Amino acid sequence: MRSVMIGLLLMLGLCQVQAEVVEHQLDNGMKVIIKSDRRAPIAVSQVWYKVGSSYEHGGITGVSHVLEHMMFKGTENLEPGEFSRIIAANGGDENAFTGRDYTAYFQTMSSDRLEVSFRLEADRMRNLKLLQKEFLKEVEVVKEERRMRTEDKPTSLTYEQFLAGAYEASPYRIPVIGWMADLDALEMADLQAWYRMWYAPNNATLVVVGDVEPDHVIKLAEQYFAPLKPEQIARPKPRTEPVQKGIKRFTVKAPARQPYLILGYKTPVIGKADAPWEPYALEMLAYVLDGGSSARLTNHLIRGSKLAASADASYNAFSRLSGMLTMDAVPTPGKSVEKIETALLEEIERFKTELVSEKEMERVRNQIIAAKVFEKDSVFYQAMLIGQLETIGLDWRLADEYVDHLKQVTPEQIREVAQKYLVENNLSVAVLEPLPMENKKTVKAAAGGRHGG
Amino acid sequence: MVGNANFSRLLLITGLWFTSTLFAGPQIQSWQTTNGAGVLFVEAPEIPMVDVRIVFDAGSARDRDKPGVTSFTNSLLSEGAGEWSAQEIAERLEHVGAQLEVGSLRDMAWVSARTLTKLDALSVTLETMTKILAEPRFDPEEIERERQSILASLLQDEQSPGSVGKKRLYELVFGDHPYAADPEGTRQSVKSITRDDIIETHKRLYVAGNAQVAIVGAIDRKQAKAIAEQLTASLPAGEAVPPLPEVAPLQQAVTERIPFPSSQSHLYLGQPGMRRGDPDYFTLYVGNHILGGSGLVSLLSDEVREKRGLSYSVYSYFLPMRQPGMFQLGLQTKNDQADEALRVLTDTLERFIKEGPTEAELKAAKQNITGGFPLRIASNSKIIQYLSVIGFYDLPLDYLDQFVGKVEAVTRDQIRDAFKRRIDPERLVTIQVGRFSEPLAQTDSKGN
Repeated sequence: MRSVMIGLLLMLGLCQVQAEVVEHQLDNGMKVIIKSDRRAPIAVSQVWYKVGSSYEHGGITGVSHVLEHMMFKGTENLEPGEFSRIIAANGGDENAFTGRDYTAYFQTMSSDRLEVSFRLEADRMRNLKLLQKEFLKEVEVVKEERRMRTEDKPTSLTYEQFLAGAYEASPYRIPVIGWMADLDALEMADLQAWYRMWYAPNNATLVVVGDVEPDHVIKLAEQYFAPLKPEQIARPKPRTEPVQKGIKRFTVKAPARQPYLILGYKTPVIGKADAPWEPYALEMLAYVLDGGSSARLTNHLIRGSKLAASADASYNAFSRLSGMLTMDAVPTPGKSVEKIETALLEEIERFKTELVSEKEMERVRNQIIAAKVFEKDSVFYQAMLIGQLETIGLDWRLADEYVDHLKQVTPEQIREVAQKYLVENNLSVAVLEPLPMENKKTVKAAAGGRHGG
Repeated sequence: MVGNANFSRLLLITGLWFTSTLFAGPQIQSWQTTNGAGVLFVEAPEIPMVDVRIVFDAGSARDRDKPGVTSFTNSLLSEGAGEWSAQEIAERLEHVGAQLEVGSLRDMAWVSARTLTKLDALSVTLETMTKILAEPRFDPEEIERERQSILASLLQDEQSPGSVGKKRLYELVFGDHPYAADPEGTRQSVKSITRDDIIETHKRLYVAGNAQVAIVGAIDRKQAKAIAEQLTASLPAGEAVPPLPEVAPLQQAVTERIPFPSSQSHLYLGQPGMRRGDPDYFTLYVGNHILGGSGLVSLLSDEVREKRGLSYSVYSYFLPMRQPGMFQLGLQTKNDQADEALRVLTDTLERFIKEGPTEAELKAAKQNITGGFPLRIASNSKIIQYLSVIGFYDLPLDYLDQFVGKVEAVTRDQIRDAFKRRIDPERLVTIQVGRFSEPLAQTDSKGN
């Protein structure tokens, strides 16, 4: 059977899609980036603003995210909720998301409906009508979101405390959703000011990926976005994280069944490193640790010593400010957090003394080459990559050069970044210590009880 | 995707919109392997990659008296097969950049992979998948490790109010039916599963007669045929498993409040819903889209979130399965608002059952579903999901071609009628997980 297949499969790989990307700048400063992908008759349109929780200061944390919610609550021309109803009636799929470095809005629709999306996004970029009545309800929705995502999730709670403690000056210590006390104290005036400061064409990037003609998209963008007035946009202060002078440890006690551990080393990102290859070497290092189920964390901690039920490593070379290379793990029932911590630290030490094998390097290279092909299956993801890079102040072309940059990393460079950045003085550790869960009896009721008694 | 490419070309030529041929799905080819597995294939030449997914009727509904055994078995497939250890399998696949996934739920268990069409990548991936399916080792050491991993996952569930509530909802709605059990089993059952149980489960369920293959990618029919043959050739022919028992309707309403140290109460309401291929499928689907299936613009979202700010997420859905799966409603709200939120939830459901949608609501829903049809089939990963569902549940091959027409044909009266017949608000299971002060009067309830 296999020999037959080989004969058949030699013919493959002839019909690659060559995607073209077109860039255009409107007179008001708004950047438009268009990538044609003709596979399906759809298009995604994303508007990215350079604002997020890392632009916030104490007292108003969470304001970027609450404002994102309010962007669906009416403009000078639309009733609250009307935006979503129009998109839905056009067969669209829409949402928005807020991160540390960006706030973005998107619609995925049949590509002939692009104009609907532009008309509505242009409107809410400058004409948002913040209503007190809507704000009071929506901030409660956000608090419910915070309770669901963080307060009642012991691992998330630990992660939030970890970030807040590990960073001193860097605004990456601020939770994207905001502290509960700040949400309690948030006012309409805060939102109003935030909207005025950041929502303008010269602080936005429009990304369109899909079955579109770039000239047509540019024409529509000129029609809807070019008339919008630019603003004076203040550059955010650097808020550079000072050099850490020793290990930091945090404990979070919360009702839980299992302990949980997070470790993080302060690391630079692209544009902030001493040498441009350093962030790529850190990316490779993270892949060697956790780029699949043959990678070291699974091989050594989950399969080998069986200390961990789960273990992950993560590093992102592409963010506005420097961050951390982190690892987190849940111990196998009955194993201690201390043992896992020791094992994770040993994995890091190994990078400093032993060169990564060529076999592992090749595995990672093959994985990222394949992943680069697989990502073409999603227009949304392709647009995400462009929007994210542009919004943190990097060139979208870096997404296409990523594979080449990683290919050039040498085992010696991985050893060098490990020796330089993954050191104890740069380390923060947080542990979730489970408190007993309540064990009261379940209350039952039969017919008629469902209205809450 | 061939189908999609045609779609856009037609659109350019004719400029017409609501012609039904424009809502055609991808062109699905179908055949059987030599030893009896069904195959569905869509040629998608644009990206040099292939998705392969093989689905077995081997979900937890087939657990028999060992809750969790099918899930346990499925998760061990990639942890050692033939001459390769778990590590060697992972290395083989990852070295060619392939991605493997194994998984199982109540009806289905599957093994799927995505790989480049490049010669070495595709052949290594298929060779590995074939061995995983037919010759898993089930090494005692891997079994013990996997057991600990499942136990850890069950402990994680116990610290999540959502997981606690959802598991209890299934127990109460499905009673004695195999759908009642959580696919992962319980801590107790997982501890008792033996290597023999696992070997028996694999032998019983991982046979060609119980399998469906779906393939999407940049290959032609001849190549797809070779792939399907290779994947299934080492599986015994076997036969399909017998039908599942019927799901009994609930006899009365049941309410349970489960104390939990959380700031929110998680509310779950449920009842047996509908099956795949159900005669009311499109009517209930469109109706539920209006009620709670369309995100921010649904009636539930409007009442609970937009008007009152009570919850971040609120929804209703039908989970169509081999036998009627769950009809479920849910939300999360801070504990002292739980009673109010529950009232809004049930009032909205009752009103919808009584009155049905308005003409405007139905029109908006149809516009959303039909206008959004191209989004449903816009990627290989979405198409392969559809292929698996169509193959596994014996849906007609033109299911996607008919989709828009069937949605367009649904009327207000049909929705009102179907909801009245199928959903009884007087016989719902209601679960609240959270903190609460006033205890309910204690009475007997079904399923305890």
